[in-house]
Amino acid sequence: MWMIPFLICFPFVVSILMYTIRVNKIRNIITYISAGIIMAVVGLFAVQWIAGGCREMELYYHTHIIDMIMLAAVWLLMFLVTYLSFKHKRKIISLLSIIPTLMITYLELYGPQQAEIAHVHVDRLSVLMCIIIGIIGSLIVIYSVGYMHGYHHHHTEFQDRRYYFFMLLFVFLGAMFGFVLSDSLLWIDLFWEMTSICSFLLIGYTKTEEAIANSFRALWMNLLGGAALVVAICYAGYTTGNLSLSNLVELGALGDAKAVIPVTLIAVAALTKAAQMPFSKWLMGAMVAPTPSSALLHSATMVKAGIYILFRLAPAMSGTTTGLLISFIGGFTFFAASIMAIAQTDGKKVLALSTISNLGLMVACAGVGTAETLWAGIFLMLFHAISKSLLFQNTGATENALHSRDIEDMHGLIYRLPRLGAFMFIGIAGMFLAPFGMLISKWSALKASVDESNILLVLFIVFGSATTMFYWTKWMSKLISYTDTEIKVKDITKKDELLSLMIHAVLMIALCLLFPVLSTVYIEPLLVEVFGTSTAVLPMGVLLLLIAIVVFIFFVPLTAFRYATSIKVRQIVSYMNGINVGNNKEFVDSMGENKHLFMTNWYFAHTFGQRKLMRPCIWITSAWLVVMLCIIIGGAL
Amino acid sequence: MIYRIISIAAFLIFAPLVGGLLSGLDRKISARMQGRIGPSIFQPFYDVRKLFSKQFIVVNPAQVFLIMSFLFTIIFTGCMFFGGNDVLLCFFLLSTGATFLIFAACITNSPYSNLGASRELLQMMCYEPAVLLACIGFYLATGSFNVSDIIQADMPAIVKTPGFFIAFVFILTIKLRKSPFDLSTSHHPHQELVKGITTDMGAKTLGLFEVAEWYEHVFLMGFVGLFFINKNPWSYLVAVIAVLATYFLEILIDNTSARVKWQVMLKSAWGVTLLVAGVNLIILMVV
Repeated sequence: MWMIPFLICFPFVVSILMYTIRVNKIRNIITYISAGIIMAVVGLFAVQWIAGGCREMELYYHTHIIDMIMLAAVWLLMFLVTYLSFKHKRKIISLLSIIPTLMITYLELYGPQQAEIAHVHVDRLSVLMCIIIGIIGSLIVIYSVGYMHGYHHHHTEFQDRRYYFFMLLFVFLGAMFGFVLSDSLLWIDLFWEMTSICSFLLIGYTKTEEAIANSFRALWMNLLGGAALVVAICYAGYTTGNLSLSNLVELGALGDAKAVIPVTLIAVAALTKAAQMPFSKWLMGAMVAPTPSSALLHSATMVKAGIYILFRLAPAMSGTTTGLLISFIGGFTFFAASIMAIAQTDGKKVLALSTISNLGLMVACAGVGTAETLWAGIFLMLFHAISKSLLFQNTGATENALHSRDIEDMHGLIYRLPRLGAFMFIGIAGMFLAPFGMLISKWSALKASVDESNILLVLFIVFGSATTMFYWTKWMSKLISYTDTEIKVKDITKKDELLSLMIHAVLMIALCLLFPVLSTVYIEPLLVEVFGTSTAVLPMGVLLLLIAIVVFIFFVPLTAFRYATSIKVRQIVSYMNGINVGNNKEFVDSMGENKHLFMTNWYFAHTFGQRKLMRPCIWITSAWLVVMLCIIIGGAL
Repeated sequence: MIYRIISIAAFLIFAPLVGGLLSGLDRKISARMQGRIGPSIFQPFYDVRKLFSKQFIVVNPAQVFLIMSFLFTIIFTGCMFFGGNDVLLCFFLLSTGATFLIFAACITNSPYSNLGASRELLQMMCYEPAVLLACIGFYLATGSFNVSDIIQADMPAIVKTPGFFIAFVFILTIKLRKSPFDLSTSHHPHQELVKGITTDMGAKTLGLFEVAEWYEHVFLMGFVGLFFINKNPWSYLVAVIAVLATYFLEILIDNTSARVKWQVMLKSAWGVTLLVAGVNLIILMVV
């Protein structure tokens, strides 16, 4: 399998090229080609592996030299973090990098002899992740070429460092491939730190005061998670003498006491990556960066790394106190973040909060750790990756055209920028409406948490889905509201941006139509791999019903639309209590003059605002985290 | 299978009749409560017949297609329910239908219609938790989300789920847009929001909306009845009585209360859901 090292190394090679080539046109061409190559290789890899019968593979047993190179890379990252934190007068943060690096070095050079393990593990979950990273990630890279061109055209105040930006994007992709394919905890640690530092550098891209502050917040939170991971690795190394993740999960699933602490610490580390409360503020701050980096952080990489590792740990967390710790935090975050999203008018902030909220649901699914919840979690991840990537890219393109990303300014977007409006509509529909998969995943998560008697999680999901519906529908209704079509906005979306958006929209709809097939052919065998027993998560009756709903929802509005355009209607002005002026844009005010009419949405900033709710939420989750950690670690020692 | 088809066919044909009669009954009883004689019990049918004899009058042409999608989604939901399928999926689909209605209202530029749409959305947020919890109540009481299994249970679900039932009846007032929770529309068009969500719907479009309402009411009343039905044939009679009693209660509440602000609605709906249905949930799950 030459593709595995290729997928990990190729992006790094490209990133060096990106940094060295300073001519935009040449670099852009190389970017397109490289993204295409990554997509093609991922496709080839997946096809070849599936054609070979989807066998689990364990590769690379003897890797002494590579191990040493990786150790050197960890040191390099440490020097980078230390240098930057001294440069920006945040010296204390460097300790979060120095201490773990020393620990991991000591373990590797002077620690006990470790069992011989496979360093790379290929199974259905890792291949699925590769597909997500390869396809969505590469599409985002293609999109960024056009976007960054427009970005630097409008924002002349920022230094044009596109070579650096594209370098980071490719490093990120390489690190993510490495992360999902590795089974050695030492390798996982390196790729983990790499994604943390990449996102830190991406957030600080514009070098403004705010960007630097936010990037360091992201850095310390993720390094803290990294430190927890290193402690877990060292503990596992000294007690079990085996640094393989799959071995650790097996031990945990069998109820071995030695696995409790490492599993818990890795799960907590994953919470920081997945931006769960109390660590969610870094993802909110990440929006200062150009849009493609938000799209990348939110959909294909970074946060999905946290979710991926939790999915891996799920069998070891099922029915344990660790599972309780994780599922509460996930459920709570799902509910709390969706409430806060109601009060936001900034489109990107709503997207960020909804990411946090949806990740919460996935985290909760992993924490419950049964086949049913994992099924729901994986589908949530898939749908979320596509629709979030679509929405972020679309918001970016809209912002370039409207010079605003405020939802209120998107009034009647579907008439003013029809293409972008339609893509946004599809993306939002994918986030919560029937028959898109998010909903059926919610159905499954709800059923599973009832089966597991997880009362709090049931309540969180029930109330959280009500608030989720509220903020999405509100946004959608804004897009289609009547507006002055005479005020023209120029659609300046580039071809490559459109291509990426188009593929996303097609993927979204295809996934919606094909997901019963995907479930039986791929996801259910995946669950067999993880849990060892087969379960039909979706009963046949529900499956048939779903197909009926899908057909219905695509068929009926279309037919109704065709009918409605064929009949004769009489158009009148809207009701304005007798003070109409003859059009729907104005009314007569009390002074007898015409006044422009403008309708806004409800936001309830004083009731549901972040400013009011964020702090108590952080306190609640922090307290829960600390207390539960004490109970778990105290009980295991 | 044959029963399912008969049941669906019966729903398709008789739901508008039953829904219309319920609506007529509502107007009659309300009138008597207010000391008036009131219209004939068949008045809603006359109204709708008249609406359908008019042309399509719209503010925005897209209204027609959205209202039609709303109507057909509701009908499909009802067919799923009376065909014995999953209740949770029924309500998910019903929410999708409700979003069509909201779109139909906010696509015009009327402030009344827009305000009605916003408030309708808020109402959805208020009732959604109780609805989902009621479905979970059925699952906990009978071990299935499927209507066909629920009606075959040894005991009616209400025995184990009184809390879920109370919460559902409470939010039914919101769902039926009755006072004190008629925020999104009012039955009396001389108030601050005129007719809210239906302000800009007229003629045939309004007729479609009325028919959709009838179907929706029959579905909702069917869900109320489901609490009382088990494999004993007599339980169907109990269910009919319970449905009529619930409907009367809603009319009574409608006529004896004044509209509240949204904060009160949100707090009371979520509070009742959490207290009554939540406690019921804990009891069923723990015991």
